Amino acid sequence: MYLERANGNWVIFVSFAVAILLSMQQYGSFNWLAPRWIPLVLIYWVITLPHRVGIAFAWLLGLFVDLLEGSLLGQNALAMSVIAYVLLVLYQRMRMYDMWQQACVVFVLIGLYQLLCYWAFGLTGVVFNNTSFLFSALVSALLWPWVWLFLRRVTQVFEVS
Amino acid sequence: MLMCAVAFVLMFVDYRYDFFTNVKTKISVLTTPFYWLADIPTELAGWARESFVSRDKLQKENARLRSEALVLQSKVQKLAAVNAEVSRLRQLLNTADRNLNESVLVADLVNVSSDPARHEVVVNKGLGDGVYVGQPVLDSEGLMGQVVEVGQFNSRVLLITDVRHSVPIQVLHNGVRSVAEGSGSIDVLNLRHVAATMDIKVGDRLVSSGLGQRFPVGYPVGDVVSVTRDPGKPFADVVVRPLAKLNQSRHVLLVFTEKKLAQE
Repeated sequence: MYLERANGNWVIFVSFAVAILLSMQQYGSFNWLAPRWIPLVLIYWVITLPHRVGIAFAWLLGLFVDLLEGSLLGQNALAMSVIAYVLLVLYQRMRMYDMWQQACVVFVLIGLYQLLCYWAFGLTGVVFNNTSFLFSALVSALLWPWVWLFLRRVTQVFEVS
Repeated sequence: MLMCAVAFVLMFVDYRYDFFTNVKTKISVLTTPFYWLADIPTELAGWARESFVSRDKLQKENARLRSEALVLQSKVQKLAAVNAEVSRLRQLLNTADRNLNESVLVADLVNVSSDPARHEVVVNKGLGDGVYVGQPVLDSEGLMGQVVEVGQFNSRVLLITDVRHSVPIQVLHNGVRSVAEGSGSIDVLNLRHVAATMDIKVGDRLVSSGLGQRFPVGYPVGDVVSVTRDPGKPFADVVVRPLAKLNQSRHVLLVFTEKKLAQE
């Protein structure tokens, strides 16, 4: 039992590390389309293991991302914990949905995440008024089924529970 | 709710006070491995490009670089003479001699902000190399930006095109001063408060004016690409294209200005 839990933690951390590394990659002039890997992976883990990956986890993760990106300390933490909160309310319904319905919810959630990030960023005096962030949410939603299938396979193979 | 409240407090404190600067510097040790790892694909691509080059191509490049070095050396010789002349003239005019000795540190780009709204890059030099907040950053073509956050091994550079950045400039040929603001788009700067009657036209070269004591005098910033004078508006719309290759340069120069050198 103990071993299994440790193993599970390890898988979760590695998946987030990979998501962070993916999010740091450059897509040149397509940067505005880049999917948001970290919230995608976060959404998966909250749905799958709501008792382990919750608001506090999301908050700490967001804080780390803030440090990494050099953004205003707490902006990602806020956005991530809001997503985690919404999902803790929704996760039982999410599990019932098929993949494309889930993708719709993911679109809304990542849109919300982006909105919160830009809103917090806007508080520092920067006005960022275009809707290009919705495209990145759309790309994330389109990627969701594959992220879902891949991470579910990973969860099964490593018996994370 | 509690988490949200804490996040708000953090944001506020971080925005208003310098309280977290030291903590950030310390914690940056934790984030450094991520920069290294994330940079591996680019490094590998660069390594592959360099390793799989034909001998012929290398020889050609070598010859080209040699001739370039020759041209630059001859220019430097001329520059030394001009320098001496300038300081002599300044002595005649009884003005302070402007010291042109600035030392530079070459740094590599290790990460670029993935957020399109923020024009920031991370370079692989930090506290240990004497990097300080506010240090000007150049590439081979012109001014790139300034250091805004220093970590143990890395530092974060705000580019001149970021919406939060402005640089005091002057037009090279007539010395007219203005402020170039970032626009949020990687190849556009806007000039602020340019009177409609100001002598500025397309093709003018803009250099840093040294006002504000942040950037040294005379580094090239950009070229004017369009001037729109609308009689209905109090100021002219001036669009400037930055000279530095903000989204291409892999190597940047961190400049130690004379003021900083004098302090040490």
